[in-house]
Amino acid sequence: MVGLAQNTPPYKAPRTADGKPDISGIWQAMNEANWNLEAHAAGPAVVNANGAMFAVPPGIGVVEGGEIPYLPEARKKQQENFANRLKLDPENKCYLGGVPRMTYMPYPFQIVQNPKTILIAYEYAGGVRSVNMGKPTEPPADSWMGWSNGKWEGDTLVIDVTGLNDQTWFDRAGNFHSDALHVVERYTPRSADTMMYEATIEDSKTFSRPWKISMPLYRHVEKGARLMDFKCVEFSEEFMYGHLRRGADQSKTK
Amino acid sequence: MNRRFAPFAMAALASLFATFVMAQNLKPADKPASAKQSNIPRTADGKPDLSGVYSNAQSIPIQRPANLGAKEFYTPEEVAANAARERRAAEVGVHYDTSQFGLGAGQSKTSATLRTSVIVGPEGRVPALTAEAQKIQQQRRAVNAEHQWDSAESRPLAERCITWGFEGPPMMPVGYNSNLQIVQGAGYVAVIQEMIHDTRVIPTDGRAITDNVPQWMGESTGHWDGDTLVVETKNFTTRTAIQQAPTSDALKVTERFSRIDANTVLYQFTVDDPKTWVKPWSGEYTMTKIDSPLYEYACHEGNLGLANNLSGARAQERRAAEAKK
Repeated sequence: MVGLAQNTPPYKAPRTADGKPDISGIWQAMNEANWNLEAHAAGPAVVNANGAMFAVPPGIGVVEGGEIPYLPEARKKQQENFANRLKLDPENKCYLGGVPRMTYMPYPFQIVQNPKTILIAYEYAGGVRSVNMGKPTEPPADSWMGWSNGKWEGDTLVIDVTGLNDQTWFDRAGNFHSDALHVVERYTPRSADTMMYEATIEDSKTFSRPWKISMPLYRHVEKGARLMDFKCVEFSEEFMYGHLRRGADQSKTK
Repeated sequence: MNRRFAPFAMAALASLFATFVMAQNLKPADKPASAKQSNIPRTADGKPDLSGVYSNAQSIPIQRPANLGAKEFYTPEEVAANAARERRAAEVGVHYDTSQFGLGAGQSKTSATLRTSVIVGPEGRVPALTAEAQKIQQQRRAVNAEHQWDSAESRPLAERCITWGFEGPPMMPVGYNSNLQIVQGAGYVAVIQEMIHDTRVIPTDGRAITDNVPQWMGESTGHWDGDTLVVETKNFTTRTAIQQAPTSDALKVTERFSRIDANTVLYQFTVDDPKTWVKPWSGEYTMTKIDSPLYEYACHEGNLGLANNLSGARAQERRAAEAKK
């Protein structure tokens, strides 16, 4: 998916009171990136492989240039991750998804905007990021959602994300990173109800060069749209702690 | 005195002086001023700007100690004596060093108040439970008594990192991780509790509550009443508890946020659930701006305690079974 941003028609977003583009609202990606950032054919479900309900939908991919530039050893690890994805994908444990994954998981997120802070609240796992629009600050420690410093470049919100831990994945296909991950996100309004999202991903322990994903985001325009509860902890408990249930077979450990 | 505590004790002294100044203002602010405040930040549309990072840590308990009876306010002299007594208590001997976890007295900013309890009124306590609520509470306890170690879902919601129960509404000051952030944008006010990063994005256009799918923190709608943001919340799940009381599908919470000066938000709430309590009850406190950002409280992601508790219970069962052989 190359060049979408270049094809974007000139568009001037409505302004907030302080003259910045107004990107507040409820947004969601509409693609298959959460199954695999790279182009992929449809495939069977990781569980219930005889049924179609949880099968993998096909995707044209969101990586510029098509392929993620892994170092050779890292590509091997991604393939191992893929083979063991049911057990290893942090999404299956309801862990916070990290950046950029939370943006294109199949759940909406809401932006609340003021001159000093841009809040991004995600429906998935109730994740939240508070983007500091003031003088950039250093991350106090590594975390799941990282540390976000934002600024406006014309009509584009640029967020520099550091302090990310090495526990999150990019998708359900085992695409991963180390704690050297540095993400620069760009949110650019392209019409009243769409904006372009780009993320440049840099991690010299895992990739041979920085690489970029891009995709449109769509506004929820339906009446009454709002974030709802997706506190998925309770849906992950049998998977995570079922072997510790009274009467369960203790020899099976997770 | 433990040297580590010295700077905090100084900070406590300094805040004591602030207490006197603010407390004078606070007593009449029992009802927030309806006149337009001049000394507060405002957004471009003229509304008070509630944005900021706050601590809602309190020096007073949620319920009034029984020995205080109907005494709703301390005198400034009594507040000073209480603070001095707490400082002396913190200085005594060897104790668990809470300061390394940021929980030491003086490490979190505590709001100044003359109140004797968060709950207001002559009683200052949560009213009696209805017969129905008592029955539900007893049933839950009976189930728990035999099965509390069976599996993850039989453990308390807080231990499972689902909700601690005080993130609100109503937001209760419990003295542990009391930090929250308010982000105010056009049409919405978001309240982020550091605790389990629980977030409410509250519309401020006064829209109706849909009442369709019950939510852990209910469904909130807000509107401005002069300089006060009024938030009504209904549509709660019946799986949570407030002050150990099992709340019902009739629960309604009304909150009032008033920025009373550059650093302070007066927070008032009323809890009304006729199936649970014999009458509605109300509370208030102030939250104080702090100079720190919120940090990520990734509770479930680091939850070793739950797995350890369950595997401990299983180990005890195995040991008991072996002892019988």
